[in-house]
Amino acid sequence: MRGQMLAIALVIAGGIAVCLMSLVNYSSLSATRSQYYQQHQFADVFVSLKRAPRHLLQQVTQIPGVTRVSGRVEGGAKLEVAGFDDPVSAHLVSVPETGQPEVNQLYLRHGRLPEISRSDEVTIIGSFADAHGLQLDDQLNAIINGRRQTLTIVGIAESPEFIYVIPPGGMLPDYQRFGVLWMSQAGLAAAMDMKGAFNSLVLQTAPNRPVEDVIDQLDRLLERYGTTGAYARADQFSHRFLSDELEQLKAMAIIFPAIFMGVAMFLLNVVVGRLISTQREVIAVLKAFGYSNRQIGWHYSQLVLSIALAGLLIGTLAGLWLGRMLGGLYIEYYRFPELLFRISPLWVLALAFVSLSAAWLGGWRSIRQAASLPPAEAMQPEAPARYQVTLPERWLSWVRFQQPSRMIVRQLARRPGRTALSIAGIAMATAIVVVGNFQFSSVSLMVHTQFGRVQQQDLTVTLTDPVNQSALYAMARQPGVLYTEGRRQVAIELVNGHRRWRTALTGIPEHAELQFVVDKNLNTVSIPPVGLLLTDYLAVALNISPGDQVQVRVLDGQRLSLQLPVAGISSEFLGVGAYMSLAAMNQALREGPVVNQVLLNLDPDLVDTVYRDLRNTPRVLGTALRQAMLDSFFETLASTFLTYTFIISLLGGIIAFGVIYNTARISLAERGRDLASLRVLGYSHNEVSHILLGELAILLILGIPLGWGIGFGLANLVITALQTELYRVPLVITGKTLALAANVVVASALLSGFITWLRLRKLDLVAVLKTRE
Amino acid sequence: MITQPNQPVFHTSGLTKTYHQGEVQVHALRGVDLDLYAGELVVMLGASGSGKSTLLNILGGLDVPTSGEVKYLDTDLTRATDKELTRYRRDYVGFVFQFYNLIPSLTARENVIAVTEIARNPMEPDAALELVGLANRADHFPAQLSGGEQQRVAIARAIAKQPNVLLCDEPTGALDSATGILVLAALEKANRETGTTTVIITHNASIAQMADRVITLSDGTISGEHHNATRQDPRSLSW
Repeated sequence: MRGQMLAIALVIAGGIAVCLMSLVNYSSLSATRSQYYQQHQFADVFVSLKRAPRHLLQQVTQIPGVTRVSGRVEGGAKLEVAGFDDPVSAHLVSVPETGQPEVNQLYLRHGRLPEISRSDEVTIIGSFADAHGLQLDDQLNAIINGRRQTLTIVGIAESPEFIYVIPPGGMLPDYQRFGVLWMSQAGLAAAMDMKGAFNSLVLQTAPNRPVEDVIDQLDRLLERYGTTGAYARADQFSHRFLSDELEQLKAMAIIFPAIFMGVAMFLLNVVVGRLISTQREVIAVLKAFGYSNRQIGWHYSQLVLSIALAGLLIGTLAGLWLGRMLGGLYIEYYRFPELLFRISPLWVLALAFVSLSAAWLGGWRSIRQAASLPPAEAMQPEAPARYQVTLPERWLSWVRFQQPSRMIVRQLARRPGRTALSIAGIAMATAIVVVGNFQFSSVSLMVHTQFGRVQQQDLTVTLTDPVNQSALYAMARQPGVLYTEGRRQVAIELVNGHRRWRTALTGIPEHAELQFVVDKNLNTVSIPPVGLLLTDYLAVALNISPGDQVQVRVLDGQRLSLQLPVAGISSEFLGVGAYMSLAAMNQALREGPVVNQVLLNLDPDLVDTVYRDLRNTPRVLGTALRQAMLDSFFETLASTFLTYTFIISLLGGIIAFGVIYNTARISLAERGRDLASLRVLGYSHNEVSHILLGELAILLILGIPLGWGIGFGLANLVITALQTELYRVPLVITGKTLALAANVVVASALLSGFITWLRLRKLDLVAVLKTRE
Repeated sequence: MITQPNQPVFHTSGLTKTYHQGEVQVHALRGVDLDLYAGELVVMLGASGSGKSTLLNILGGLDVPTSGEVKYLDTDLTRATDKELTRYRRDYVGFVFQFYNLIPSLTARENVIAVTEIARNPMEPDAALELVGLANRADHFPAQLSGGEQQRVAIARAIAKQPNVLLCDEPTGALDSATGILVLAALEKANRETGTTTVIITHNASIAQMADRVITLSDGTISGEHHNATRQDPRSLSW
């Protein structure tokens, strides 16, 4: 029994471990985030604008509900890092003369903030420092607003604003090619021609005031200063990304453990049932001695509870360990000063209570049976098992079944409920592995589609201001540039009734060759001459279908408000957006044939030359490299995924082992006598093993394909649940995923089959003949 | 296998068997010398613990002696491997046990087929059932048969492979006397009609009268042996 108990305990442990791992990270991340936000005065409202005089801040503070305000200068820079040739861009943020800002205070890892008088000092974000091994007193060359400057690092810091650091326009973190730099207010204002002015505002509001009111007032106040509209914390990128992650952890804390506990309940039911039927006589003797039903029930409950406790203990330890490991991954990914390791004891108690109750419920039927067995009846051996000729045999009456095959079929048919649950258990194990692994193929497809099919440019250059399309010809003539394509991009807010969405509107030239808009089947969608194409996710969020009119508020320039028809729906995996024809967009925005983004294809041999030229080109705001994006993606996500895949496969294996091992052992226990009888009659060890292992094979043959099906369904659920603005993972289940799932299950089956085979060898033939069933 | 006129089917000499039961050492056999001949119906009598079952298990290739020698014709069973013993049981031995040991998931006929389909020279399964008078119960599962019927199915299963020896361990032990007699009659008939060397072990002395030869075991050794002048019809027995 020890092996079987352990197998069940492991299944329970698997569920507890995943649950605890998710809970630990959920509460640790939540607690870390709120403490970080609180201690560093994270803003409730964010605004960026063209330019406003600093004295306006006085008026901002007077808006009812506003408690703290920081007016800042923000800007972009190109950086040169010694020994790193790829283009590097930076986001610059000013810090006030008084040191720490009122809102969005920095957490200093090393060094200090830049001094007021020094325009050549910077404090840099930890992710960037780590990626390049930068230290205090190292120097960086920066091109800010077209002017080259040498900056000295005086501090390394983190900010609640940049917990998840992503380059503007990018989708994934790229710590090497993007950094955040803090400079003194005076220094940055001078560099950006912003003396006496600010172009970014972050503020905190009183908790009892609705944020919307403050946002409305801000929008009105700042309208003539070129605001792109104030937005609340919920829309702040870093915050929102982290919130999505927390939601996923919560889902994981429920789904997986539910599956595991279900399987454990089934196993306990079967194993305890078997144990009690072999101990009928003991029960009878105990009852004859005067033990009460309650005492007998408690005795077997203790057995069940101790299995659950063992599972709880192993699961708790594994869960805490996995939690720490996952926490380590998170801390690499999310820039927190430190990760508070938190788990509410109440949750652990609740988890313990739920798992112990579930285990007890699993064994309940058998425990009750034992408790209520009248002693005289218990003294009798159990009534012989009743068998019958099964339906498949009738249907296949023309097949000459070997008798061992008949035994297999009839055994399975005798307890259809148990057989069905065994198949379900195997199916769940298969499904878990499928769900754990499909995401990798799905995400790979997503990324390969995005960068192989949708975005074919090597390099994306974002300009500070729109330029006439004729500038593209000059760019195309530069050495190393093979092809250029211009696009126009502006920040907009789409409004449909009370639904709003901030996104980018991209104007795409008629014969775009580098970056397209695609539909669900990855076919290029031709850009309609009039009207917008919307990402399907966005269309659903805004409740808009093709043919509808939508209000487009341009958050830039003249801040036009347009009514445009929705001409079609596109389907990207990454990001959301609105697209229209470049010509139509230029016309709608009442501007000439201008672009502010250039897509380039490069001569691979001259890439470095192009980078150098771009670095020295004024008006280039930032550059994004396709290969760099791909590399950084596979570095960060793939390693996370592989760990995850490994853990999930392990868990699937544990379930499969738990189910199959117990099925095999119970079968052996129930049929040891039959098998020994056959051995006596001259059947060889392998012929007899065939009966037991054949039964397992049938369970596998039925369970694995069912598991594929369930896995497909679960994967679909996961995909739907994981749809975010940032990405929508396509459902891709490859043959490799299915094969892996089957292999994990079959490997567990082979292991349990082998143990059973060894046990069968030790069968005592003589003892069997001496006992009555 | 051809049997020489006077060559015994089984020959044992100095057979001993010792095993451990918990912490106690049990000497089940203490030097047994025995020859059994073709076609004989032998009854081995002995009290519980006399070693008769151990002897039968060794003869049937289910167990190996601690020392001494046991031969089936020219085959030495003393040092046979598990594989060789399996082969021996499969090809030459028919067993009947006190608790029938039928496969509950197979019908009477299928229980017989389970043996005939691995045997070298089996008779028709239905003919075997006919021989024990159960042709009409062939499609019943063991749970649907009485104890006596189950034991007769076990006999049909044992003789269906046309074994060279039929070893029966307390075949009537779990049956009332009327049913027991039916079972013994079936065994006697099988022995008479197929000429199979038959060994019946029992603690029931009344059964001895149906034998050609009666061997008595006590305390692990042979304590007596006699030949019956005539075998009595089992139907005339009573206990």
